[in-house]
Amino acid sequence: MKSLEELARIREQTKAKIALREKEGAVRVVVGMATCGIAAGARPVLSTFVEEVNGSGIGDKVSVEQTGCIGICQYEPVVEIFDGDEKTTYVKMTADKAKRVVAEHLVKGNVVTEYTIGAAKV
Amino acid sequence: MQELSLNILDITMNGIAAGADTMRISIEEAYPAMTISIRDNGCGLSEETLEKLRDPFFTSRTTRKVGMGVPLFEMQAEMTGGNLEISSVEEPAEGHGTTFKALFYMHNINFVPLGDMVSTLITLIQGNPNIDFIYHHHTANGDVDLDMREVRETLGDVPVNEPDILLWLQSFLEEQYEAIKEGERL
Repeated sequence: MKSLEELARIREQTKAKIALREKEGAVRVVVGMATCGIAAGARPVLSTFVEEVNGSGIGDKVSVEQTGCIGICQYEPVVEIFDGDEKTTYVKMTADKAKRVVAEHLVKGNVVTEYTIGAAKV
Repeated sequence: MQELSLNILDITMNGIAAGADTMRISIEEAYPAMTISIRDNGCGLSEETLEKLRDPFFTSRTTRKVGMGVPLFEMQAEMTGGNLEISSVEEPAEGHGTTFKALFYMHNINFVPLGDMVSTLITLIQGNPNIDFIYHHHTANGDVDLDMREVRETLGDVPVNEPDILLWLQSFLEEQYEAIKEGERL
Protein backbone atom coordinates (compact mmCIF):
# COMPACT_ATOMS: atom_id res chain seq x y z
CA MET A 1 0.00 0.00 0.00
CA LYS A 2 1.06 3.56 -0.70
CA SER A 3 2.10 5.50 2.36
CA LEU A 4 2.74 9.11 3.33
CA GLU A 5 6.44 8.21 3.74
CA GLU A 6 6.55 7.48 0.04
CA LEU A 7 4.88 10.84 -0.59
CA ALA A 8 7.58 12.54 1.46
CA ARG A 9 10.23 11.06 -0.89
CA ILE A 10 8.34 12.28 -3.97
CA ARG A 11 8.21 15.70 -2.33
CA GLU A 12 12.00 15.95 -2.40
CA GLN A 13 12.19 15.03 -6.10
CA THR A 14 9.40 17.46 -6.97
CA LYS A 15 11.09 20.28 -5.05
CA ALA A 16 14.20 19.84 -7.17
CA LYS A 17 12.12 20.00 -10.35
CA ILE A 18 10.32 23.17 -9.25
CA ALA A 19 13.66 24.85 -8.56
CA LEU A 20 14.76 24.21 -12.16
CA ARG A 21 11.64 25.63 -13.69
CA GLU A 22 11.18 29.07 -15.19
CA LYS A 23 7.54 30.08 -15.11
CA GLU A 24 7.82 33.27 -17.10
CA GLY A 25 5.85 33.66 -20.29
CA ALA A 26 3.87 30.55 -19.52
CA VAL A 27 1.16 29.45 -21.92
CA ARG A 28 -2.17 28.86 -20.15
CA VAL A 29 -4.64 26.16 -21.10
CA VAL A 30 -8.02 26.93 -19.50
CA VAL A 31 -10.78 24.32 -19.44
CA GLY A 32 -14.42 25.26 -18.69
CA MET A 33 -15.56 23.15 -15.74
CA ALA A 34 -19.08 24.37 -14.92
CA THR A 35 -22.19 22.15 -15.08
CA CYS A 36 -22.41 22.61 -18.86
CA GLY A 37 -18.76 21.68 -19.41
CA ILE A 38 -18.81 18.72 -17.04
CA ALA A 39 -22.03 17.32 -18.54
CA ALA A 40 -20.56 17.66 -22.05
CA GLY A 41 -17.40 15.72 -21.12
CA ALA A 42 -14.88 18.27 -19.82
CA ARG A 43 -13.43 16.02 -17.10
CA PRO A 44 -11.60 13.62 -19.48
CA VAL A 45 -10.56 16.59 -21.64
CA LEU A 46 -8.94 18.25 -18.64
CA SER A 47 -7.16 15.09 -17.48
CA THR A 48 -5.88 14.46 -21.01
CA PHE A 49 -4.39 17.97 -21.13
CA VAL A 50 -2.73 17.46 -17.74
CA GLU A 51 -1.28 14.07 -18.77
CA GLU A 52 -0.21 15.03 -22.29
CA VAL A 53 1.36 18.35 -21.28
CA ASN A 54 3.55 16.56 -18.75
CA GLY A 55 4.16 13.59 -21.04
CA SER A 56 5.41 15.89 -23.82
CA GLY A 57 7.91 17.54 -21.49
CA ILE A 58 6.38 21.03 -21.84
CA GLY A 59 5.14 21.14 -18.25
CA ASP A 60 7.57 23.96 -17.47
CA LYS A 61 6.09 26.22 -20.15
CA VAL A 62 2.40 25.32 -20.08
CA SER A 63 -0.03 25.45 -17.17
CA VAL A 64 -3.43 23.75 -17.22
CA GLU A 65 -6.17 25.58 -15.33
CA GLN A 66 -9.90 25.33 -14.72
CA THR A 67 -12.59 27.97 -15.01
CA GLY A 68 -16.36 28.22 -14.71
CA CYS A 69 -18.94 28.73 -17.44
CA ILE A 70 -17.62 30.82 -20.33
CA GLY A 71 -21.17 31.52 -21.56
CA ILE A 72 -21.18 29.42 -24.73
CA CYS A 73 -22.64 26.22 -23.26
CA GLN A 74 -23.70 24.84 -26.64
CA TYR A 75 -20.02 24.59 -27.62
CA GLU A 76 -18.83 22.74 -24.50
CA PRO A 77 -16.37 21.29 -23.67
CA VAL A 78 -14.60 24.59 -24.36
CA VAL A 79 -10.84 25.06 -23.99
CA GLU A 80 -9.09 28.42 -24.26
CA ILE A 81 -5.37 28.71 -24.85
CA PHE A 82 -3.68 31.97 -23.87
CA ASP A 83 -0.25 32.57 -25.33
CA GLY A 84 0.91 36.13 -24.74
CA ASP A 85 -1.70 38.35 -26.42
CA GLU A 86 -3.08 35.52 -28.53
CA LYS A 87 -6.19 33.61 -27.48
CA THR A 88 -7.43 30.48 -29.22
CA THR A 89 -10.85 29.03 -28.38
CA TYR A 90 -11.29 25.32 -29.05
CA VAL A 91 -14.83 23.95 -28.90
CA LYS A 92 -16.62 20.60 -28.61
CA MET A 93 -13.44 19.07 -27.35
CA THR A 94 -12.76 15.39 -26.66
CA ALA A 95 -9.80 13.57 -25.13
CA ASP A 96 -8.53 12.65 -28.63
CA LYS A 97 -8.81 16.24 -29.86
CA ALA A 98 -6.96 17.35 -26.71
CA LYS A 99 -4.05 15.05 -27.59
CA ARG A 100 -3.80 16.60 -31.05
CA VAL A 101 -3.98 20.15 -29.66
CA VAL A 102 -1.08 19.37 -27.30
CA ALA A 103 1.03 17.80 -30.06
CA GLU A 104 0.34 20.44 -32.71
CA HIS A 105 -0.53 23.68 -30.95
CA LEU A 106 1.38 23.49 -27.67
CA VAL A 107 4.45 21.55 -28.84
CA LYS A 108 4.83 22.79 -32.45
CA GLY A 109 2.98 26.12 -32.23
CA ASN A 110 0.44 25.37 -35.00
CA VAL A 111 -3.20 26.15 -34.16
CA VAL A 112 -5.55 23.23 -35.01
CA THR A 113 -7.95 25.44 -36.95
CA GLU A 114 -10.60 22.77 -37.55
CA TYR A 115 -11.32 22.50 -33.79
CA THR A 116 -11.60 26.25 -33.19
CA ILE A 117 -14.84 28.13 -32.62
CA GLY A 118 -14.45 29.81 -36.02
CA ALA A 119 -14.75 26.45 -37.77
CA ALA A 120 -17.59 25.08 -35.61
CA LYS A 121 -21.17 24.51 -36.62
CA VAL A 122 -23.76 24.27 -33.85
CA MET B 1 -24.91 13.51 -16.28
CA GLN B 2 -23.66 10.03 -17.11
CA GLU B 3 -22.13 9.36 -13.70
CA LEU B 4 -22.96 10.58 -10.20
CA SER B 5 -19.26 11.35 -9.78
CA LEU B 6 -19.77 14.17 -12.32
CA ASN B 7 -22.60 15.60 -10.20
CA ILE B 8 -20.29 15.40 -7.19
CA LEU B 9 -17.64 17.32 -9.14
CA ASP B 10 -20.19 19.96 -10.11
CA ILE B 11 -21.78 20.43 -6.66
CA THR B 12 -18.35 20.53 -4.99
CA MET B 13 -17.31 23.39 -7.32
CA ASN B 14 -20.27 25.40 -5.96
CA GLY B 15 -18.93 25.06 -2.42
CA ILE B 16 -15.52 26.24 -3.56
CA ALA B 17 -17.12 29.24 -5.28
CA ALA B 18 -18.80 30.02 -1.93
CA GLY B 19 -15.35 30.58 -0.43
CA ALA B 20 -14.88 27.25 1.35
CA ASP B 21 -11.40 26.13 2.34
CA THR B 22 -12.49 22.65 3.40
CA MET B 23 -14.76 20.35 1.41
CA ARG B 24 -15.99 17.09 2.87
CA ILE B 25 -17.26 14.52 0.41
CA SER B 26 -18.62 11.33 1.78
CA ILE B 27 -20.30 8.34 0.17
CA GLU B 28 -21.97 5.76 2.39
CA GLU B 29 -23.14 2.55 0.79
CA ALA B 30 -25.58 0.39 2.74
CA TYR B 31 -27.36 -1.62 0.09
CA PRO B 32 -29.80 -0.70 -1.33
CA ALA B 33 -29.18 2.85 -0.09
CA MET B 34 -26.32 5.12 -1.12
CA THR B 35 -25.95 8.48 0.58
CA ILE B 36 -23.74 11.13 -0.94
CA SER B 37 -23.00 14.14 1.20
CA ILE B 38 -21.03 17.19 0.20
CA ARG B 39 -20.31 19.69 2.94
CA ASP B 40 -18.51 23.00 2.55
CA ASN B 41 -17.50 25.66 5.04
CA GLY B 42 -18.21 28.50 2.63
CA CYS B 43 -20.35 31.58 3.13
CA GLY B 44 -23.64 29.69 3.33
CA LEU B 45 -26.95 30.58 1.73
CA SER B 46 -29.86 32.75 2.86
CA GLU B 47 -33.21 31.02 3.38
CA GLU B 48 -34.49 32.81 0.31
CA THR B 49 -31.65 31.49 -1.88
CA LEU B 50 -31.99 28.03 -0.37
CA GLU B 51 -35.60 27.90 -1.55
CA LYS B 52 -34.71 28.91 -5.10
CA LEU B 53 -31.78 26.52 -5.40
CA ARG B 54 -33.84 23.67 -6.82
CA ASP B 55 -35.28 25.90 -9.53
CA PRO B 56 -33.40 25.45 -12.84
CA PHE B 57 -34.20 29.03 -13.79
CA PHE B 58 -32.36 30.39 -10.77
CA THR B 59 -28.64 31.07 -10.88
CA SER B 60 -26.30 33.50 -9.19
CA ARG B 61 -24.45 33.89 -12.48
CA THR B 62 -24.93 36.77 -14.83
CA THR B 63 -23.55 35.18 -18.02
CA ARG B 64 -26.63 32.99 -18.48
CA LYS B 65 -30.11 32.50 -17.08
CA VAL B 66 -30.14 28.84 -16.03
CA GLY B 67 -28.49 26.88 -13.25
CA MET B 68 -28.86 23.15 -13.79
CA GLY B 69 -26.40 21.69 -11.30
CA VAL B 70 -28.62 21.30 -8.24
CA PRO B 71 -31.85 20.44 -10.13
CA LEU B 72 -30.02 17.67 -12.04
CA PHE B 73 -28.57 16.19 -8.86
CA GLU B 74 -31.99 16.25 -7.19
CA MET B 75 -33.67 14.68 -10.22
CA GLN B 76 -31.15 11.85 -10.29
CA ALA B 77 -31.80 11.09 -6.61
CA GLU B 78 -35.60 11.31 -6.95
CA MET B 79 -35.60 9.04 -10.01
CA THR B 80 -34.41 6.21 -7.76
CA GLY B 81 -36.99 6.95 -5.04
CA GLY B 82 -34.51 8.97 -2.99
CA ASN B 83 -34.23 12.69 -2.31
CA LEU B 84 -31.91 15.64 -1.87
CA GLU B 85 -31.68 17.54 1.39
CA ILE B 86 -29.96 20.91 1.52
CA SER B 87 -29.15 22.75 4.71
CA SER B 88 -27.15 25.89 5.19
CA VAL B 89 -25.81 28.23 7.84
CA GLU B 90 -25.01 31.74 6.75
CA GLU B 91 -21.96 33.75 7.61
CA PRO B 92 -20.97 35.10 10.09
CA ALA B 93 -22.67 32.44 12.22
CA GLU B 94 -20.41 29.77 13.61
CA GLY B 95 -20.12 26.60 11.60
CA HIS B 96 -21.25 28.35 8.42
CA GLY B 97 -21.47 26.51 5.15
CA THR B 98 -23.80 24.36 3.09
CA THR B 99 -24.49 20.63 3.15
CA PHE B 100 -25.98 18.60 0.33
CA LYS B 101 -27.18 15.16 1.28
CA ALA B 102 -28.54 13.00 -1.50
CA LEU B 103 -30.13 9.62 -1.00
CA PHE B 104 -30.15 7.10 -3.85
CA TYR B 105 -31.55 3.59 -4.10
CA MET B 106 -29.05 1.48 -6.02
CA HIS B 107 -31.50 -1.33 -6.84
CA ASN B 108 -33.73 1.05 -8.78
CA ILE B 109 -33.38 0.75 -12.56
CA ASN B 110 -32.99 4.54 -12.82
CA PHE B 111 -29.94 4.58 -10.56
CA VAL B 112 -27.10 6.33 -12.38
CA PRO B 113 -23.80 4.59 -11.55
CA LEU B 114 -21.35 6.38 -9.29
CA GLY B 115 -18.64 6.23 -11.96
CA ASP B 116 -15.06 7.33 -11.68
CA MET B 117 -14.57 9.03 -8.30
CA VAL B 118 -10.78 8.94 -8.68
CA SER B 119 -10.99 11.21 -11.75
CA THR B 120 -13.38 13.53 -9.97
CA LEU B 121 -11.08 13.88 -6.96
CA ILE B 122 -7.94 14.36 -9.04
CA THR B 123 -9.75 16.98 -11.15
CA LEU B 124 -10.84 18.84 -8.01
CA ILE B 125 -7.35 18.78 -6.51
CA GLN B 126 -5.72 19.82 -9.80
CA GLY B 127 -7.92 22.91 -10.11
CA ASN B 128 -8.17 23.82 -6.44
CA PRO B 129 -4.79 23.17 -4.82
CA ASN B 130 -5.57 25.28 -1.76
CA ILE B 131 -8.74 23.47 -0.73
CA ASP B 132 -8.57 20.73 1.88
CA PHE B 133 -10.64 17.89 0.48
CA ILE B 134 -11.63 15.23 2.98
CA TYR B 135 -12.98 12.18 1.22
CA HIS B 136 -14.55 9.09 2.67
CA HIS B 137 -16.24 6.27 0.77
CA HIS B 138 -17.68 3.41 2.76
CA THR B 139 -18.72 0.12 1.17
CA ALA B 140 -19.49 -3.33 2.56
CA ASN B 141 -16.08 -4.48 1.29
CA GLY B 142 -13.95 -1.73 2.71
CA ASP B 143 -13.38 2.01 2.74
CA VAL B 144 -11.53 4.56 0.65
CA ASP B 145 -10.12 7.61 2.42
CA LEU B 146 -8.18 10.68 1.47
CA ASP B 147 -7.43 13.57 3.79
CA MET B 148 -5.69 16.40 1.97
CA ARG B 149 -4.76 18.03 5.31
CA GLU B 150 -2.36 15.11 5.91
CA VAL B 151 -1.07 15.28 2.35
CA ARG B 152 -0.47 19.01 2.67
CA GLU B 153 1.36 18.54 5.94
CA THR B 154 3.68 15.98 4.32
CA LEU B 155 4.28 18.17 1.26
CA GLY B 156 5.03 21.41 3.07
CA ASP B 157 5.62 24.11 0.45
CA VAL B 158 5.29 21.79 -2.56
CA PRO B 159 1.90 22.43 -4.25
CA VAL B 160 -0.50 19.47 -4.20
CA ASN B 161 -1.22 19.88 -7.91
CA GLU B 162 2.33 19.24 -9.12
CA PRO B 163 2.07 16.49 -11.80
CA ASP B 164 4.11 13.94 -9.80
CA ILE B 165 1.99 14.53 -6.71
CA LEU B 166 -1.25 14.19 -8.69
CA LEU B 167 -0.01 10.88 -10.10
CA TRP B 168 0.82 9.66 -6.61
CA LEU B 169 -2.60 10.69 -5.30
CA GLN B 170 -4.26 8.93 -8.22
CA SER B 171 -2.52 5.63 -7.52
CA PHE B 172 -3.10 6.07 -3.78
CA LEU B 173 -6.86 6.19 -4.46
CA GLU B 174 -6.80 3.51 -7.15
CA GLU B 175 -5.05 1.09 -4.81
CA GLN B 176 -7.77 1.54 -2.22
CA TYR B 177 -10.51 0.95 -4.82
CA GLU B 178 -8.66 -2.15 -6.06
CA ALA B 179 -8.70 -3.51 -2.51
CA ILE B 180 -12.49 -3.06 -2.39
CA LYS B 181 -12.84 -4.93 -5.69
CA GLU B 182 -10.72 -7.75 -4.28
CA GLY B 183 -13.09 -7.86 -1.32
CA GLU B 184 -16.08 -8.14 -3.67
CA ARG B 185 -14.53 -11.14 -5.43
CA LEU B 186 -14.01 -13.08 -2.21
